[in-house]
Amino acid sequence: MRPVLRRWLKANALLAPTGVWLGIFLIAPLVVVVEFSFATRNTGVARAVLPWTAQAYLTALDPAFLPIFGRTLLYAGATTLLCLVLGFPLAWFIARHGGRYRTALLAAVLIPFWSSYLARIYAWKALLDGEGLVNTVLGWVGLDRDGGFLLTHGAVVLGLTYGFLPFMVLPLYVACERFDVRLVEASHDLGHGRVSTFFRVVLPGVMSGVLAGSLLVLVPAAGDFVTPKLLGGVEQSTFGSVIDDQFRGGNNWPLGSAMAVLLLVLVVVVLVLRGRRGEDVL
Amino acid sequence: MNRRPWALGAVVALVFLFLYAPIAWLAIASFNSSRSLSRISGFSLQWYAELVDDTRVFDSLQLTLQLALSSAVISTVIGTLAAFGLRRAFPGRGLWTVLLSLPLVVPEVVLGVAMLGFFVKLAGVPLGFGALLFAHVAFSLSFVVVVVRSRVSGMDVRLEEAAADLGASPFVAFRTVTLPLVAPAVVAGAAFAFLLSFDDVVISSYLTGVGSTTLPVFVYAQASKRGISPEIVALSTLMVAATALLLIIGVVFASWRARRTGSAAKLAV
Repeated sequence: MRPVLRRWLKANALLAPTGVWLGIFLIAPLVVVVEFSFATRNTGVARAVLPWTAQAYLTALDPAFLPIFGRTLLYAGATTLLCLVLGFPLAWFIARHGGRYRTALLAAVLIPFWSSYLARIYAWKALLDGEGLVNTVLGWVGLDRDGGFLLTHGAVVLGLTYGFLPFMVLPLYVACERFDVRLVEASHDLGHGRVSTFFRVVLPGVMSGVLAGSLLVLVPAAGDFVTPKLLGGVEQSTFGSVIDDQFRGGNNWPLGSAMAVLLLVLVVVVLVLRGRRGEDVL
Repeated sequence: MNRRPWALGAVVALVFLFLYAPIAWLAIASFNSSRSLSRISGFSLQWYAELVDDTRVFDSLQLTLQLALSSAVISTVIGTLAAFGLRRAFPGRGLWTVLLSLPLVVPEVVLGVAMLGFFVKLAGVPLGFGALLFAHVAFSLSFVVVVVRSRVSGMDVRLEEAAADLGASPFVAFRTVTLPLVAPAVVAGAAFAFLLSFDDVVISSYLTGVGSTTLPVFVYAQASKRGISPEIVALSTLMVAATALLLIIGVVFASWRARRTGSAAKLAV
């Protein structure tokens, strides 16, 4: 047998169980969603029936949903940016200055996530409300806000950032660890300042991590509905919460499916934009 | 770059403060004498006492643990195989990478409704433990593959070649050389898979059947009616404390063993 063929067979044999599992329980369900999105609404048990129609897409793209799209993209974009701004110093510090405490520091980033996700959100709710700790402390310097910070856009972005930060830190850490620091010295020797070195040497050097991390944060944050619901209130409905409503109430499965397909399109766009860069990190 | 990075250190300290503030607050509030999470009125152990007595929490905790363990075992085994499959380049590897990145990138709500539609459509799969297990493995697998693969691809092939040159059979070489090298990553992947399953709210909330409510779904249903119960806050505090303790024991043990074997104090993972 030719070596290439043997290598191909061996790799696929090892990947087969994963392929079968994902084929049945991931790909098939996603195909079903696409199918539902072209079905007709039905209030019965099946909740989506023939004949085929594009009605759900027309409804989903109705201008009435525009503010919700806009808000969702704003939340997701701001969350990704904030995760980058907070995650990069953390990842760089652990990779470059962590020494033998690297593993312990990385673990320390993950420990809070062993508590219940809902309990963490409720903790933020308590910290941010009118009589919460944040408002009280800010009150000492006169920066408090009537009624606290709950039910604001800021609260939602903060909660989302808290939830998704580890997904940004881990790929960034891998990229920072691989980055050759001597490039920074070389850049300084060649007369570049700190800012110019950061944007022209460091940032391109860790770009694969930045892209991988953003990928793990952006679209999942756009789909999250629990955080916006609990920290932003009913007024702040997002794309995810609209999808959830269509399914949980049994309201309109085709509409919910069409919106889910639109999020899948966003996934594909982001994957294509990223191309092959950063593939080694993820 | 030899200067101590004080400014960077300060920023990092602030980020850690951000990460730990809610957890610290949960721990404080779990000893609160009133139900409120935002106002501390006194010290009490009543929530821990109620937690121990609450059979509903205990039942769903048991189910959640069974589910998380089963999901972690299955996804670790087949995910580790897949990570080895992706070790060397072969035609079609890019396609596998895209397939494996889907569960990481597709929002949970989309996965949840997709799986609900799929299981409802296929009358053969009733909602409940089975459906939950299929789904949890499907979204945890990729995380195991990513974690194990990063270790496998960084591994020096010459170590295994050396073992073969010294007369080790492929099986012996795998058991004595390859496995010990990837073991920390496999453990990390398993822990990741366990955590993902154990804490999942969104996907599970679509797939729970009658009598098979997982703890996060139970908490979510309860919380959306009258806020989160202090018992859950107590349980979360216990979980973080247990994890931190396990990690500290692990780190201490690893450094003790490293010192004993005289090798460089290189911690695992």
